Amino acid sequence: MSANNDSIQRTIMVAVLLCLVCSIIVSGAAVSLKPMQVKNKLEDKRKNILAAAGLLVENKSIEEQFAQVTTRIVNLESGAYANETELAELADSGYLVESFDQRKLAKDPSFSVKLNGEQDLASIKRLEKYAAVYLIQKEGQVDRIILPVHGYGLWSTLYGFVALEGNAETIAGMGFYSHAETPGLGGEVDNPSWKALWSGKKVHDDSGKVAISVIKGKVIAGSPDDQNQVDGLSGATLTSRGVSNLMQFWLGEQGFAAYLTMMKGQGV
Amino acid sequence: MTTVKEVLTQPLLTNNPIAVQILGVCSALAVTTSLNVTIVMCIALTLVTACSNFAISLIRNQIPGSIRIIVQMTIIASLVIVVDQFLKAYAYEISKQLSVFVGLIITNCIVMGRAEAFAMKNPPGLSFLDGIGNGLGYSVVLISVGVVRELFGSGSLFGFEILPLVTNGGWYYSNGMLLLPPSAFFIIGLFIWLSRTFIPEQVEEADFKILPNTETSGAH
Repeated sequence: MSANNDSIQRTIMVAVLLCLVCSIIVSGAAVSLKPMQVKNKLEDKRKNILAAAGLLVENKSIEEQFAQVTTRIVNLESGAYANETELAELADSGYLVESFDQRKLAKDPSFSVKLNGEQDLASIKRLEKYAAVYLIQKEGQVDRIILPVHGYGLWSTLYGFVALEGNAETIAGMGFYSHAETPGLGGEVDNPSWKALWSGKKVHDDSGKVAISVIKGKVIAGSPDDQNQVDGLSGATLTSRGVSNLMQFWLGEQGFAAYLTMMKGQGV
Repeated sequence: MTTVKEVLTQPLLTNNPIAVQILGVCSALAVTTSLNVTIVMCIALTLVTACSNFAISLIRNQIPGSIRIIVQMTIIASLVIVVDQFLKAYAYEISKQLSVFVGLIITNCIVMGRAEAFAMKNPPGLSFLDGIGNGLGYSVVLISVGVVRELFGSGSLFGFEILPLVTNGGWYYSNGMLLLPPSAFFIIGLFIWLSRTFIPEQVEEADFKILPNTETSGAH
């Protein structure tokens, strides 16, 4: 290296040139690959929705499979679908129906409320006012209602979907697409044989209370509540409790209760 | 003069970046629970090391000594971002599992170490190969750790079931500890032990000798 290299002008010139070249390469890659990344993200979400409903077929394009799904935005408080003015208000803030980002919405003070202490069964801190639900129609009737759920487990917030049958009562399937629970213990929430236990369970007990829960140990077949209970994950008490809480929260009063009552009222 | 063959084969065992230089251990703990993820990480690191070595070597005579480290960092960081963007576009599933660890290639000491120790003094072609060689050396360790962890931790390889798990109706009780990061420490430790047993030159001379028992020697 010649001494010339270390002069101030030379140093500044090399720094500026290098930054210029690097920034062009980085921004070039980011901009040109953006459309594909956005598409991947959307496709991934759709895949999770279909998987929760148990409708995912391998080696068939997600777009084709998702064509049967209708996305609707629900006002959680009233339980009704968001009307024109509400949709316009959401669209103004960048929340479009097709790419509804509920996680972002929950952080937006104008579209969410703070939960405190006792209300916050699922430990999610803020509750959004609107949620996207996904409907699958068959022969003019609602066949599956897929609801987004999330809540805290042991280490992390679990994000997932729960699919109900058209009667808004029986669970058809569920699945989490994002969590960081202990692999092999709480991480077993991804185990297909455990997820299969959910299907056929009922959300409410005979008195109409939300009773779906993950219990400790195995469900005793024939016991009075076996319709509402799912086996706990062994070695993962806190994750199981978290899943139980988040299901009760989202299917209960603060979550989709009003919406589900409305769906039942339609007499499907 | 270093030859092409030496540059490519030395880092595999005799001068392995993880086992001998103990560099880049952080990511070796984090991404080795499943082989698919491990292999993508290895490819990403090899590419970044090779390309950054090439780029740095290309301008090595222009880089002012006072800012050489930050120049290297800038080049490495740019390359890592490009790799991350490509993964998000073409291998979304795997990029989700790798999450922050692709970004952390920037801080992987192997990349920086090769740039400073080799690329600053050697021509571009040889530097590029040195990057490939060191990437492969990293891969050798990562893949062996990955095989052990995935096989005995989840009973599968590349996601295909090899040992049927009890939870899926098989006979194999999985070893949950292998799925947690600390287990990789033990496996890398065993790897280092093995490699030093077979290649005794790798054993460093002790920095100081432990004195014999004080009572008999009388040293106080």
